[in-house]
Amino acid sequence: MSRVGILRFPGTNCDRDIWKSIEMKNKKPEWLWYEDSFKPENYDAFLVPGGFSYGDYLRSGALAALSPAMDSLKKADSLGKPIFGICNGFQILCEAGLLPGALMRNDKGRFIDQWVNLKLENESGWSPFEVGNSYRMPMAHADGRYFIGEEGLKSLKDNQQIWLTYEKNPNGSVSDIAGVMNEKRNVVGMMPHPDRALFDWMGSLDGLKFFDWKDEA
Amino acid sequence: MKFALKILPKPEVLDTQGRAVQTTLSTHGFNELKDCHVGKYIVLEVEAADESKGLEMAKAMAEKGLYNPLIEKYEVEAL
Repeated sequence: MSRVGILRFPGTNCDRDIWKSIEMKNKKPEWLWYEDSFKPENYDAFLVPGGFSYGDYLRSGALAALSPAMDSLKKADSLGKPIFGICNGFQILCEAGLLPGALMRNDKGRFIDQWVNLKLENESGWSPFEVGNSYRMPMAHADGRYFIGEEGLKSLKDNQQIWLTYEKNPNGSVSDIAGVMNEKRNVVGMMPHPDRALFDWMGSLDGLKFFDWKDEA
Repeated sequence: MKFALKILPKPEVLDTQGRAVQTTLSTHGFNELKDCHVGKYIVLEVEAADESKGLEMAKAMAEKGLYNPLIEKYEVEAL
């Protein structure tokens, strides 16, 4: 059974949703505390959940990105381990330099909580793998406007690192980007919440399709 | 020894806070206001042998993550 490390920071609040998501996929979730280093070799994959780490002080994800657990996560990346950040987790991965770009305040300045349709643009190391397919799930954030400079955007496009786009851009993200991957394709991040689309009663089951990865033992 | 970092959004980046402040001030009749930006001011007290060493430390702290070079620029000053 695959072991999945779930990082927790002060202010993380989607950790139990992620725990449940991993359990539903018959994998073994384990907590990883931000103050502690860990051995990346002991895990098959890593999740960075959403929330408001450090109350979004300084910049969303900026202080969490400097914690000891993130140093271990960088080692996990150098070993090519699959790493997935959702919402605040995506912000943390960008601030840590594990993913390109930055997440800024939504263009209208408001916190937006609504359902969105996403399109899978390019295949990453994480599921789903059906490029062109559409997925429906909630988004809930104030700092989700994906930004990257012109050069960076060109490089994202050239290397096919744009993972997910919004069908209808809710927050002013560059090129409708909702999620990106790193060059090696083992690290991915997205603003919307697959962990909030796990059951029929939630309104969609599409989220369940996001918790597998390639070459899983 | 005290130093300060002045951090502002890069000009090419949409500054939602600056825009909101500017719009609000305009509704109060400040029509002369042409542009407005909101940033951060961080005061750092450090132990340093001299001012240039202190400035170096303050810069190192900025580079460590107090500013994000993708979206922000900063200046450091001795207080």
